[in-house]
Amino acid sequence: MSLLALHQAVVQRGKRVILDHLDLTLEAGELVALVGPNGSGKTTALRALLGLMPLASGTAMIGGADVRTLGPITRARQVAYLPQSRPMAWAISVQDAVALGRFAHGGASHRPNTEDQAAVDQAIFACDLETLKDRAVTGLSGGELARVHMARALAANAPALLADEPTAALDPLHQWQVMQVLAQQASVGGGVMVVVHDLALAAGVCSRIVLIKDGKVLANGSPQDVLTPDNIAAAYGVRAHWHQDSQGRHLIMGAALG
Amino acid sequence: MTVVKRRRGEYLDSLLIIGGLLAILLACGLGETPIHPLDLVGAITGSGDPATSVIVWSIRLPRALAAWLVGAALGLSGAALQGLLRNPLAEPGVLGVSVWASLGAVIAIYYGLTSQFAPAMQIGAVLGALLATGVIALAARSLGDTVSLILIGVGLSSLGGALVSLALNLAPNPFTLNDMVSWMMGSVANRSFADIGLSGPIIAIGAALILATRRGLSALSLGEETAHGLGLDLVRTRLLVTVGCGLAAGGSVALAGAIGFVGIITPHLVRPWVGGDPGRALVPSALAGGLLLVLADIGARLVPSDNELKLGVVAALIGAPVFLWIAASRRRTGLGA
Repeated sequence: MSLLALHQAVVQRGKRVILDHLDLTLEAGELVALVGPNGSGKTTALRALLGLMPLASGTAMIGGADVRTLGPITRARQVAYLPQSRPMAWAISVQDAVALGRFAHGGASHRPNTEDQAAVDQAIFACDLETLKDRAVTGLSGGELARVHMARALAANAPALLADEPTAALDPLHQWQVMQVLAQQASVGGGVMVVVHDLALAAGVCSRIVLIKDGKVLANGSPQDVLTPDNIAAAYGVRAHWHQDSQGRHLIMGAALG
Repeated sequence: MTVVKRRRGEYLDSLLIIGGLLAILLACGLGETPIHPLDLVGAITGSGDPATSVIVWSIRLPRALAAWLVGAALGLSGAALQGLLRNPLAEPGVLGVSVWASLGAVIAIYYGLTSQFAPAMQIGAVLGALLATGVIALAARSLGDTVSLILIGVGLSSLGGALVSLALNLAPNPFTLNDMVSWMMGSVANRSFADIGLSGPIIAIGAALILATRRGLSALSLGEETAHGLGLDLVRTRLLVTVGCGLAAGGSVALAGAIGFVGIITPHLVRPWVGGDPGRALVPSALAGGLLLVLADIGARLVPSDNELKLGVVAALIGAPVFLWIAASRRRTGLGA
């Protein structure tokens, strides 16, 4: 049984079809990259998987149960979500922000129990935030803030984690670090789906890639099977090729087609 | 670098409760006839001079308690709305509830209902507040986002304000007009325990609804999308906060008329002591709002003038400069609060 599954999911906004009979699954222990051009329906697909986006038809399942039958707390215990838009309204501390990840466990209350505290401490350690624990989130750099959000999502200790562009606006080292944290989560049995725009980054770290365009799956499989020059040309309209050297095979992105 | 200090806030609630009690005692002792602290104890326990007892029990204590209750309701509503809307400028006025409460009271005065039945004005204010709260609650249930909710509040507020102006415009005689204007300036003078008994329960129900959203407001620090992902029921939270604030603010307008700035500045004053967290700010904001308004009312009574100063005027005279100071220092420290 998949952790998360969309089956023939259709989402419409007015007359525009955002997801067009999309099938998508996430299994335990895999790190899946969801890629595709802007407006292809990646964020909508994640939100549909979470049950935050009502489907016109098709089903969304979490742990084998239809999301419409799950209450918000039950759902949140199964899936942690790191949305693309991550505003910080108040000058709360890093520690408090990460502790909000325990909301569905009742641990966002103002007196966390030992299990909550352990999860928060572990997430803070995994994201290398120990020295920033007492800092206000409003005074952090973009890279630091991205780690805080990641730690908040990890603190939930949910079987599945969906992250929408967690590497956006980060420098290459921070991008790589964020992906390593996600890979670590998958290696200990978590199912992770991540939306990324950097195909080379996705190819280097993820076990599976789902390429979508116009709300439909264009290709689904290993990085080398999915990110072929033909598929990339069809999805993005740019050239790409794989380069082999002593370090292995690398995806090289090129110029726009014709 | 901003380090968030939370330890300092551990005794905040206790200090604010003690401060509130002391301020209420002070309000009972000070006035045209100052009462010695020892006589005050006698007057409160009923063992002292009967005349002093009457001054305390019939005049000063209900007035001080009304000021505390109104301040607490406004402080709590302000903190809850700032948390819900994630906007440091939010206050009960943005929902339009206060204006509609004023409208209800003004209509009661307009038709001369208050001369036949004294609590008519308060009942009118409560009905006005409930009507506006009902509209806001319907909007909170059916609208998808919080910005639309604010726009509905602004629209309601403008409509209520226009209708209040209409009533003032058409006021049948100068006495009615004077009553309306005087009431709208906000005051707790001559309030009785009966007045408190009418508004108190409404404020209490509102406060209970608001306090049920504490954890949700904390989660909303991270934005609506993240809070939703964390398992927060957004519609329920919006509904509880708006109805709770409608009741609390409406009840306070019914008791004291329109009193500005307490709702907007109190959350800013307590936020540094609660680590910025909007959920943790609720209770201290209520306690601080009560304390502030009791002190402001003591000021209103003690300033020598021919007409006694109105509490709403004093609160605004103190509140507006504090607000400006907060706005200016907010930019300097780079705090998001």
